[in-house]
Amino acid sequence: MKTAVLEMLSLSIGYSRRSHAAHVVAEQLTATLCEGEFVCLLGPNGAGKSTLLQTLTGIRAPLSGSVLFDGVSIGTFPPRELAKRLSVVLTQRVAAGMMPVEKLVALGRYPFTDWAGRLSKKDTEAVQRAIEATGIGPLAGRPFCELSDGEQQKVMIARALAQEPRVMILDEPTAFLDLPHRVELLHLLGRLAHDCACAVLMSTHELDLALRCADRLWLLAPGAPFVEGTPEDLVLQGAFSSTFASKLVQFDQQTGAFRAATQQRGAVALQGDGVAGMWTSRALERAGYQVVGAGEAEPWVEVAMDGADICWWVGGKTSTPCASLDAVLESVSQEFGGRE
Amino acid sequence: MSQSLKFSTLALTLAVVFVLELSLGSVMIPLKTVISILAGGQDSGESWRQIILLFRLPRAVTAILAGAALGVAGLEMQTLFRNPLVEPYILGVSSGASLGVALVVMVTDGLGWNLLLERAGIMGSTALVVAATLGSLAVLSVVLSFARKVESNITLLIVGLMFGYIASSLVSIMMQFSVEHQMQRFITWTFGSFGSVTWQQMEIFAPTLAVGILLAWILAKPLNAFLLGDGYARSMGVNVRRVRFWIIASSALLAGTVTAYCGPIAFLGIAVPHLCRLLLKTSDHRTLVPAVVLMGATLALFADRVAMVPGSQIALPLNAVTSLIGAPVVVAVILKRRHVMEAGA
Repeated sequence: MKTAVLEMLSLSIGYSRRSHAAHVVAEQLTATLCEGEFVCLLGPNGAGKSTLLQTLTGIRAPLSGSVLFDGVSIGTFPPRELAKRLSVVLTQRVAAGMMPVEKLVALGRYPFTDWAGRLSKKDTEAVQRAIEATGIGPLAGRPFCELSDGEQQKVMIARALAQEPRVMILDEPTAFLDLPHRVELLHLLGRLAHDCACAVLMSTHELDLALRCADRLWLLAPGAPFVEGTPEDLVLQGAFSSTFASKLVQFDQQTGAFRAATQQRGAVALQGDGVAGMWTSRALERAGYQVVGAGEAEPWVEVAMDGADICWWVGGKTSTPCASLDAVLESVSQEFGGRE
Repeated sequence: MSQSLKFSTLALTLAVVFVLELSLGSVMIPLKTVISILAGGQDSGESWRQIILLFRLPRAVTAILAGAALGVAGLEMQTLFRNPLVEPYILGVSSGASLGVALVVMVTDGLGWNLLLERAGIMGSTALVVAATLGSLAVLSVVLSFARKVESNITLLIVGLMFGYIASSLVSIMMQFSVEHQMQRFITWTFGSFGSVTWQQMEIFAPTLAVGILLAWILAKPLNAFLLGDGYARSMGVNVRRVRFWIIASSALLAGTVTAYCGPIAFLGIAVPHLCRLLLKTSDHRTLVPAVVLMGATLALFADRVAMVPGSQIALPLNAVTSLIGAPVVVAVILKRRHVMEAGA
């Protein structure tokens, strides 16, 4: 049985305003964050992801409902006590200038050190553990401003880890990173959650990465009920389609990815499997055709192997050999064009 | 070079510049004599003793304290606003002081009140000090009351800047209606000088600056947290508004006091923190505060020595010298290490 650390109970989040009624961003949020869990918070822009994270970190008061840390309302913790239990990584870039990486990570010990910020043996050990766990050992002596975006964000995660939190909350930490660094960062966070037995909650737009890496997902969308669960369960329940419903984008349950919803131009039968078959199917779908099994429709496309080379036959009214998918799409288009 | 070696070099340079300040001038006094007079020796001529103990020593001590204070105040402001071009006067402290001085020099003089003040024994430099102190206190109290209520640092920065504009427009209105010798006196004050603090005034000047610098030293830990921005600082348990209040109080106390006694000294507050960051390759305030004290003191002494043009009767405006030496140094430093600009602090 997993131990719950952070709980939200029928929480309403938003902005209280002096003269008007409060502006509610989202309501009826109930979920539990457990030790050793890596959770991704997903939702379209404007769904209130940042507002929720601010409420969970105690910066913003809930409009109603409660946020409990170890069963105690988060608002009752003095700032320093909360900082010993909960740390954050933010989207904004940090301009720490010439601060050496190791000293920046050591800032995570802030709530534990005396007025002068001197590090005890225990503090130094925590800093070293954080540096090792995030794999930034080789950067330890370098000035922060000389690091790349990906390295800087890892240092900020090490700093948050040095705080020895029970909960780490990250607000879109991958925003400035390229794809390989995003993948690396998500794997790192998943590993940290499992190894350090802390709960990691991160908001992100990286749907397919989150599907692969996160233990649980929280889906927040304007006008839709909040849902949470194991990624695979949510896919099977069709939760993504309702959360991210849009005329232009469709969620594909088979691939776990979104694709642009293009106008359907008709059905094409495809015969062929393996890598070539998969990419042929992708090309046809992208061009707006519905791909069905062999013999179920006309025109048809057949993937054939000519020695080591791939070639295609497009059939219907005529039968045309094609040397590339570019040519396949052209021929299929002609098949349809001829009918109109 | 290790950090402690760099600190020793800074301290040694300060000592050398200090002795040179006492030795060089319109009258050249041999180094050996300077040291023996400082050690309390009586064997040298009475006039040399007078020059050193009554004129050059208070001047040197003033320069040391003022340079250190402006450096520390600039460091605090650059970190608080995470902006490398911010100076200690950014929140309008010196504008308030100049308004106070302008009022004393132009209005009281124009209305013939200066006789009254003179009889009360507070004319001359003391009157200017009192006026400048009151002026900067007025601006400071307004800015601090905003600091308690306002969330955003940028709002605070704009409030400070606007007060600066209001003060300088009031000053220019007064200048419009003042006579030549009043204008001359005011402009001389804006040139800045370390030479007008007497031993008696030093009894207030020195302890006030010591308190301000001590406060900055105590604030070194939260200042480090502020390097990461308000959001991170708050997440580490820093009470952002309270700490910001004390940072502003310390910086304004330092800048306001220096302005009151020495006039608005330019450049030191911006340049000294940058030079220290480059020299020590760190943004850690526990290292930077003492380094800025040493570097600020050294540069202030050096600028004063150059302004007095050794071996002649000429004295250049101190602000002209600090800017002439300082601006190219800052440009060179920034061109060489471009990310100092993004260093924020």
